[in-house]
Amino acid sequence: MIDTVAHAVADAEHPQPFAELGLKPDEYLRIREILGRRPTSSELAMYSVMWSEHCSYKSSKVHLRQFGEKKPDTDALLVGIGENAGVVDIGDGWAVTFKVESHNHPSYVEPYQGAATGVGGIVRDILSMGARPLAVMDPLRFGPLDAADTRRVLPGIVAGVGGYGNCLGLPNIGGEVVFDPSYLGNPLVNALCVGAMRHEDIHLASAKGVGNLVVLYGARTGGDGIGGVSVLASETFDEGGPTKRPSVQVGDPFMEKLLIEATLEVLKAGLVEGIQDLGGAGISCATSELASNGEGGMHVWLDRVLLRDPTLSPEEILMSESQERMCAIVTPANLDAFLALCGKWEVEAVVIGEVNDSGRLTVDWHEERIVDVPPRTVAHEGPVYERPFHRPAWQDDLQADGPDRLARPTTPEELRQTLLTMVAAPNLASKSWVTSQYDRYVLGNTVLAQPEDAGMIRIDEETGRGVALSTDCNGRFAKLDPYAGAQLALAESYRNVVASGAVPLAVTNCLNFGSPEDPEVMWQFAEATTGLADGCLELGIPVTGGNVSFYNQTGGTAILPTPVVGVLGVIDDVERRTPMAWGPDGELIYLLGDTQDEFAGSEWAHHVHGHLGGLPPKVDLRRERLLGEILVAGSRDGMLTAAHDVSDGGIAQSLVEMALRAGTGARCWAPDGLDPFTFLFSESTGRAVVVVPRSEELRFTEMCAARELPAHRIGVVDSGLGPDAGFAVGTQVLQFSDLFTVALEELRDAHERVLPTAMS
Amino acid sequence: MRVGVVTFPGSLDDRDAARAVRIAGGESVALWHGDDDLQAVDAVVLPGGFSYGDYLRCGAIARFAPVMHSLVDAARGGLPVLGICNGFQILCESHLLPGALTRNDTLHFICRDQRLRIEDATSMWTSDYDQGQEIVIPLKNGEGGYVADETTLDMLEGDGRVIARYLEVNPNGSRRDIAGIRNERGNVVGLMPHPEHAVEDLTGPGTDGLPFFTSLLNSLVAAS
Repeated sequence: MIDTVAHAVADAEHPQPFAELGLKPDEYLRIREILGRRPTSSELAMYSVMWSEHCSYKSSKVHLRQFGEKKPDTDALLVGIGENAGVVDIGDGWAVTFKVESHNHPSYVEPYQGAATGVGGIVRDILSMGARPLAVMDPLRFGPLDAADTRRVLPGIVAGVGGYGNCLGLPNIGGEVVFDPSYLGNPLVNALCVGAMRHEDIHLASAKGVGNLVVLYGARTGGDGIGGVSVLASETFDEGGPTKRPSVQVGDPFMEKLLIEATLEVLKAGLVEGIQDLGGAGISCATSELASNGEGGMHVWLDRVLLRDPTLSPEEILMSESQERMCAIVTPANLDAFLALCGKWEVEAVVIGEVNDSGRLTVDWHEERIVDVPPRTVAHEGPVYERPFHRPAWQDDLQADGPDRLARPTTPEELRQTLLTMVAAPNLASKSWVTSQYDRYVLGNTVLAQPEDAGMIRIDEETGRGVALSTDCNGRFAKLDPYAGAQLALAESYRNVVASGAVPLAVTNCLNFGSPEDPEVMWQFAEATTGLADGCLELGIPVTGGNVSFYNQTGGTAILPTPVVGVLGVIDDVERRTPMAWGPDGELIYLLGDTQDEFAGSEWAHHVHGHLGGLPPKVDLRRERLLGEILVAGSRDGMLTAAHDVSDGGIAQSLVEMALRAGTGARCWAPDGLDPFTFLFSESTGRAVVVVPRSEELRFTEMCAARELPAHRIGVVDSGLGPDAGFAVGTQVLQFSDLFTVALEELRDAHERVLPTAMS
Repeated sequence: MRVGVVTFPGSLDDRDAARAVRIAGGESVALWHGDDDLQAVDAVVLPGGFSYGDYLRCGAIARFAPVMHSLVDAARGGLPVLGICNGFQILCESHLLPGALTRNDTLHFICRDQRLRIEDATSMWTSDYDQGQEIVIPLKNGEGGYVADETTLDMLEGDGRVIARYLEVNPNGSRRDIAGIRNERGNVVGLMPHPEHAVEDLTGPGTDGLPFFTSLLNSLVAAS
């Protein structure tokens, strides 16, 4: 029997499974208060999904406000937080939209589909702003590389990211692959998408214009991805209805590709008044948000929704998270043209509702009223919690347990062995086993992709204007100090973008944490958001949007706090991008910035000693900004052949990656007064390795001196060092003067065989 | 010269193919899968992608698209056709070329800069290369393993119809390292790697793919 509004009034005390749907008693009472009666089962379904942590940000909202309150002055922001994705102005009339989202839990349950639909969801967010999606990136985190479950989860997730993105025709231009025991029972799958449009093509999710039609188009609605539906269907509402269904969605990238092309055509033809993608909470979310942002009223004929499974109940249809669906607001005059373009792309479309000014969202099921609610109370006026938080008791002990007691290599041979060990550490080893499963070439605008510091794509083929993107986070730093850890993630991402020659413009984030009901986790979250907001203010780049993922833990143990930060930069001409491979013999290798003895949370402490303790490297955002200005100026004035940021693994890792990318050796040395171990492996921030042609040396060093950025000459590219060190003629080597020499082939073998060996 | 680039539902590299045609000096013409009008183009590229989501079998559904009815006839009449990746699969499904493409022997999708040797520089699509020239262009496929029976393989080899072969690494288990083949007449070429992604230094591993497109334009000029 259908639970109508009339029933809800008549049978006021009918018991309802609000707790099983994740609502707290006081939240349920508030719904009754809003409606002046008990909710119908359909209304309860809508409120339960829309007031979930995932949709309502009820635990994080009070902290996320800082991103708006501390927003730096900028003209770049065209659309800010709150829409499907933020939009920034990159000049010449171009607007770029980008966002990162998590799909952690589904990917643990079903690695392939979880990861695939994570990509699909973020792509639709970008599409719904009116932009053509242009590239994706995937920050991924797993348990230890040698753990049995990593061998289950990693190949499936990588295949899912690749399978969906490749089939959609979006190049994968970067991301991260990080291993840490804390992610063993809770891997992190974050997905970023970037898209571009002309300024005038920006679209928003709002249902404007009384009498306009609500069109649902794309895939049919099925029983996949219904959270808590077993309770709804089998226990209280409808005995004999559909049984339990999988809560992980199943993706169809081919349908999404058609959806993209159809959507871009209807937008281009001017047939759309407002648009919204269907992701979490499905039709409940799309209709309530569209109505709430528009005239305030909407009526929906739910029985008109095209179904994959005709036995679905209205509650299930409202909650279904079937993929590859979009919702558009279309004027009656444009409807035929809209449907014709959908037909061209073989995409099904149906009118399911109409915009009105009633101030209510009403839903009928075969002419019976099953929903009658104020849409704002569903979409925007959910509960807000001031969760208690406090600094963990163990934080002081953790910070006091610094890395100074750890045994360090001292002899040249020990240093050489440490270098070979470090380049083969899972977190530092080559990730080409992963990235070679992704298409990085499709669309023909990829200028830089993994393993480069940042991914870079050309936006305008005439002018060469483009954007660069990087995502970063060191969760170990965030555990040692969440405030600093978030700023270090921001700093690294910023540095990767400036190393490519682009000017940072805006930030997105994916805040992956444990349970918000744990006051210690909540403290980590509060500290990290404050650190990030303060950092963005200081760097002058606004947060444009992002995503919070809580409850990432195994039993009572939370993951490392992992605030993944994505920075987007603009470059006026991608021809002047700075790659990481150095050039021919004689080019000079410079280290920019200061190197301190900073090993707390470093990859060396983690990989060699299994140690985590102390205070993370010092953050100096003014220095990061200065470094950025120098790197961008160096690119603009043609002074740099190559640049590479210094972060995980220290200068040693940077030099090895540059040498392997170039296939050419070099002779290097430590600046005066710096001990070799600290020089090679410290993870001090605010540094980059740059390569300067001899003809530009004076100009470049004078610029650094004038701006007071320390620049140390630490090497020279040299392909002829092999014979002197006892290697055959032609052998490329990396020589650290007075210490040791190592052949690039030995480094390459150590660096590249790690993942293939582990996954074979 | 006007070169048609067909878009099927799920075609992905159609923009790239059109760009390559333009960079080579030709005019690209968009052709639609549902329209059998070839718009009097001088040649056609079937681009890479996942036409119809690779449902059933790669290229198996695209083969029945209205545009293919016209194209198969035109190709038999001498119209130059280049099928890249999914386009190669469609040409095999359409029986314009012999053999078939199967799942990579690694079972993984693979994207890499692939070294090839041009084995036949006589076709309309390869005449700007030197016989035996080595080139590097992107390869990206999940089902790129070329298979045919031994008789067919011997026939292709004997007639000089293997146009390109994988060097250094056979990335997908193709028989006899075959990366591309042509029909007897030399107007229809199927190639698994992607020359259209190697036409600009900025966005590819180099410009080694460009001669596929300039070869065509020069062949057309010579023939006219």
